[in-house]
Amino acid sequence: MSDKPATGDIASWTAAETAAAVNRGAISARDVAGAALDRIEALNPTLNAFTDITAERALAEADAVDARLADGEDLPLAGVPYAVKNLFDIEGVTTRAGSKINRENPPATSDATLVSRLSRAGGLLLGGLNMGEYAYDFTGENAHDGNALNPHDPSRMSGGSSGGSGTAAASGMVAVTMGSDTNGSIRVPSSFCGLFGLKPTFGRLSRGGTYPFVASLDHLGPLARSAEDLALVYDVLQGPDPRDPAQAGKPVMPVRSELSKGTSDLRIAVAGGYFRERAMPEALAAVDAIATALGARHEIGIPEAARARAAAYVITTSESSALHLDRLQHRPGDYDPDTRDRFLSGAMVPAAWAVQAQRFRSWFHACMMTLFDNVDILLAPATPCHALPSGTKTITLDGVEMPARSNIGLFTQPISFIGLPVVSVPVWLDGAALPIGVQVIAPPWREDLALRVAAALQDMGAARAPLAPLPDNISHNNN
Amino acid sequence: MSDADTKTPFDAEAHVTHMQAVMNLPIDDAWRPEVVANMAATAAAAALVLEFPLDDEIEPAPVFVP
Repeated sequence: MSDKPATGDIASWTAAETAAAVNRGAISARDVAGAALDRIEALNPTLNAFTDITAERALAEADAVDARLADGEDLPLAGVPYAVKNLFDIEGVTTRAGSKINRENPPATSDATLVSRLSRAGGLLLGGLNMGEYAYDFTGENAHDGNALNPHDPSRMSGGSSGGSGTAAASGMVAVTMGSDTNGSIRVPSSFCGLFGLKPTFGRLSRGGTYPFVASLDHLGPLARSAEDLALVYDVLQGPDPRDPAQAGKPVMPVRSELSKGTSDLRIAVAGGYFRERAMPEALAAVDAIATALGARHEIGIPEAARARAAAYVITTSESSALHLDRLQHRPGDYDPDTRDRFLSGAMVPAAWAVQAQRFRSWFHACMMTLFDNVDILLAPATPCHALPSGTKTITLDGVEMPARSNIGLFTQPISFIGLPVVSVPVWLDGAALPIGVQVIAPPWREDLALRVAAALQDMGAARAPLAPLPDNISHNNN
Repeated sequence: MSDADTKTPFDAEAHVTHMQAVMNLPIDDAWRPEVVANMAATAAAAALVLEFPLDDEIEPAPVFVP
């Protein structure tokens, strides 16, 4: 598939296809950048993925890539258009982190570490992407910048908090986006927008030069339209960085060459108990479809998953609110109302609650490591439902009405709580108008296993991420 | 009667009133019901965590490395 001619619709190309075409000279990086800018100009006014468009930078990077290729270099991401959640520092751009308050800051003086690595590998940065304020969100909605909309149905949420990251990749504005995931913020928009999303092991990738949400739980990772693209980008992103004190001292472990190894040697099970409750039928049907495709017949109960989710909730609200305390005291009116009230209550959490939650995290980690003695991969829903209509405030699951914003991530939260690597794979059920994601969960530091499974599922057609159709107003204008 | 039976239910409204002053947090009347609702949700989550018995040897997950 890497030899696709350069005459097709560039927006539909994966990162791997683009890099192959640019490296062999079938198309210039300059032309790829121009096509991405045209696509963003056409789609962004409707879908609202980008908050900052770095056109000059993308074109300059494209020229630099073309020059390096002319000098005989071969670049892993040659001419690949990408964009980053707007909590990543972009030199010369103010890092707004989805907020009104932070846009008063001066422009960043250097790139986030991962942005530097993507650009060095030949990537073209098209800009910063919309997100839920300060990442405290699962909807992709933002009172200051407007909502990032779902390209598969613009009346619906993109999912958050990396909402623009979902919107931009699924609509083909760029091939790859970067997001952050504290409790599910890569996996939720991957599910709602029908993308492959990788949340690596906690401590694997540097967070240097990104705005924090909950330092104890923050992860960064890519979203894309193929499993191969996740691996391609992940291999570029790995490596030590003194800017992130929580980064683990693990050696670089390239995964792209592992993708073709298949799944026959892996013990794969469906996560039971908590992960089979409080879900709409489509969430369970998607897991069952993936399990069937993989021949996974066993279900394993995850002990104390509800408590793990509760502990993640307590750590998130208390730690993030401490970060924001001064701003909450002096200018609470400048927050998005949907995050402000959560931050304010988080500033009132007794210390013992948060410390006990961190102690429970140690217990749950030890418990889950025992479970991984008997299984290599766990399957669980990424979200309890398809993308919700924009503005939805509550959802009813198993007859219980609950706030949507905090509960869309109820299946992702217990997993990131102990930092397990996950690939969210997109499933299109028969007759469904919307995708939904399934979490492919691996033991710590085994991103390779989750990516192998994702690649196998894509190869067999059980998981797929088709480009979203053009929104009605745009396709009509083009007719 | 167990300890759980005799425990005073968490009063989110009173907690917010007290902590608002302790933490110097200005809360508009219009925001207050949502702040209280969020406090109650956090207390419910914390109760799940707190009721789980943990051996004294279990340390908090983050480990500081000098």
